[in-house]
Amino acid sequence: MTTANMTAPNVTAPPGVSRRAMLVKLGMLLNGIVALILAVPIVRYLLSPVSHARKTGYESWLSLGGLEQFPTGQTRLATYRNPVVNPWDGETADIACWVRNVDGQKFQVFAINCAHLGCPVRWFPQSNLFMCPCHGGAYYQDGSRASGPPPRGLFTYPYKIEDGRLLIKAGEMATTGSPTANTTSVRPRCG
Amino acid sequence: MRLISEVGDWLDQRLKLGAVIRETAEHPVPRETASWFYVFGSAALTCFILQIVTGILLALVYVPSAGEAWNSLQILNHGISLGWFIRGLHGWGSNFMVAIVLIHMVQVFLFGAYKFPRELTWMVGVFLLLMTLAMAFTGQVLRFDQDAYWGLGIGASIASRVPVVGPWAVKLMLGGPIIAGATLSRFFAVHVFLVPGLLIAFVGVHLLMVLKLGVNEWPMPGRIVRRATYVQEYHDLTHKEGVPFVPYAVWKDVFFSAFILLSIAACAVFLGPFGPGGQPDPRIIQTAPRPDFFFLWLYSVLSFLPPSAETPILMIGPAIGIMVLLLLPFVAGEGEKSWKRRPIAVLTILLTAVMLGSLTQLGLHTPWSPVMDAWSSLPIPSEYLQGRTALERRGALVFQAKQCHNCHSLDDMGGKRGPALDRVALRLTQDQLIRQVIQGGGNMPAYGKNLSPAETTALVAFLETLHPFGNPPASNAAHDVVLGANADGSTSARP
Repeated sequence: MTTANMTAPNVTAPPGVSRRAMLVKLGMLLNGIVALILAVPIVRYLLSPVSHARKTGYESWLSLGGLEQFPTGQTRLATYRNPVVNPWDGETADIACWVRNVDGQKFQVFAINCAHLGCPVRWFPQSNLFMCPCHGGAYYQDGSRASGPPPRGLFTYPYKIEDGRLLIKAGEMATTGSPTANTTSVRPRCG
Repeated sequence: MRLISEVGDWLDQRLKLGAVIRETAEHPVPRETASWFYVFGSAALTCFILQIVTGILLALVYVPSAGEAWNSLQILNHGISLGWFIRGLHGWGSNFMVAIVLIHMVQVFLFGAYKFPRELTWMVGVFLLLMTLAMAFTGQVLRFDQDAYWGLGIGASIASRVPVVGPWAVKLMLGGPIIAGATLSRFFAVHVFLVPGLLIAFVGVHLLMVLKLGVNEWPMPGRIVRRATYVQEYHDLTHKEGVPFVPYAVWKDVFFSAFILLSIAACAVFLGPFGPGGQPDPRIIQTAPRPDFFFLWLYSVLSFLPPSAETPILMIGPAIGIMVLLLLPFVAGEGEKSWKRRPIAVLTILLTAVMLGSLTQLGLHTPWSPVMDAWSSLPIPSEYLQGRTALERRGALVFQAKQCHNCHSLDDMGGKRGPALDRVALRLTQDQLIRQVIQGGGNMPAYGKNLSPAETTALVAFLETLHPFGNPPASNAAHDVVLGANADGSTSARP
């Protein structure tokens, strides 16, 4: 029997839906349904960083240490351990921020990340400016934009004082979309 | 010898690949394409293979964990024999691959190879370019140092600007709320599994189409591509006066690939591997992050975009660029292929090259960034201080102490962010100097609240001495008229 003879019955099959073609289509439909069923957990798995943020949030109150570390009228670097960490995060979970003690009562806690593209800003107490090493953004001591490409002032963390310690609400990298972006960052200029 | 041919026959009886391979190798190509201009595609493939091999070798040791990656790179560099060489090969191989892919693209563009019927080959090539760049960026992240850490910060900051879904995009990119272990893990997966897998598939399709459609003929001015006739014309070209690819054309590919591999090896030996730089510790903020060479132009662009237009340009710019590349063969799918009759194509290439070149050059020097330690490490040239009054010297001290030097250069030393001040007294009068210092403006912060009146007076007195000998400083002609004959314009008239 030649190959041509073997395929002959299919060629001459009557037009319309044959049983086998119908079964192939049914099988593909079945696979489509299975794919959908599998897609749901896969997508949820992939979206877990987002759903975690929506359910419990990444932020919590954490201490930057005693108030005596932040003398009145000065701006000092403080560091904290991010509240949500994995054991293998290493030093990347240690985050820095700038604490400005305005007058002993009022504080400002600035994110280290430049509001332009997230590079670490440096404080220059002599000229009372924050300067960014990446694209040259500069900010005044109250965090408001002084010059350069940043579209806004520095991001600030909400803070409170408890038992002589300075606490801030932190846990997410400061970007345009993070919770720090929504707190008022540009306050009236002081000093 | 007989054994080899027997084994070969045994295999071919089962695989039935011998005829196909022979046919592929000896397929006819236009005679003029056996040219040194046609070697870049195969060289890019050679680089890719080198990257796969060296990448696997590095993965034998590298630890994709935020806490350990930097240490494992140190072990690779110093603890394992010739680990530095493999890292060098992989790092330089990546630079060569990006460069060769770009050269290949320019050659293909100038030779009109994207025209009918090779539109899809070009489009797949565009995706190959994007994937190559994605590999370069993710590869820089895996070299988990300060540049990688803050580079991720820049990436996250750009992602956060996306309207509506920005915060989601950041968390998906970082794998969590901050740049940490989860971030490195997912960039490892993208760099090692996802993109290489796609690259292999797309390279396969790209090559298949080159074989099926034939390599682009050498463009002759006046030989116009028409959809109706091109396939027949190309068939005649290859079958009447063509030559078999092997060995007529392939020897140049082979030689060039060997030359490229040798060059990469030479760079790895003599220039060494890339980094890693400082530890990825976000508490160390004394750092000036820089992207790798092929992203420096982008780094420059980001410093020049005005704040108001930055987000729209960042969101729309890349999409437009990619669309232009993808749609090119549909806009110009027919017509002249030769660069000699396509002045706009040549101009586009020149313009793009000049643009990317100058932006890269700027990215190497970052004139927009303050020199963070200029105020404490670069002295004011002594000739600017000799024979000056006490007030003027006091002003020079203010100039240093208030970090003016970080942004303004004197005698070519210091920041390039603001204008050089060697001749500032010729440009600005005393009043204008005071106004500029106190109110700022023109991208300069206002120093009014950071300078006491005495400091301002001293600083301006110093700035007024900054003019060439014999050229009097700028003065306000109306000054004398308004203030009467008693005003002499000297600093003593200032409050």
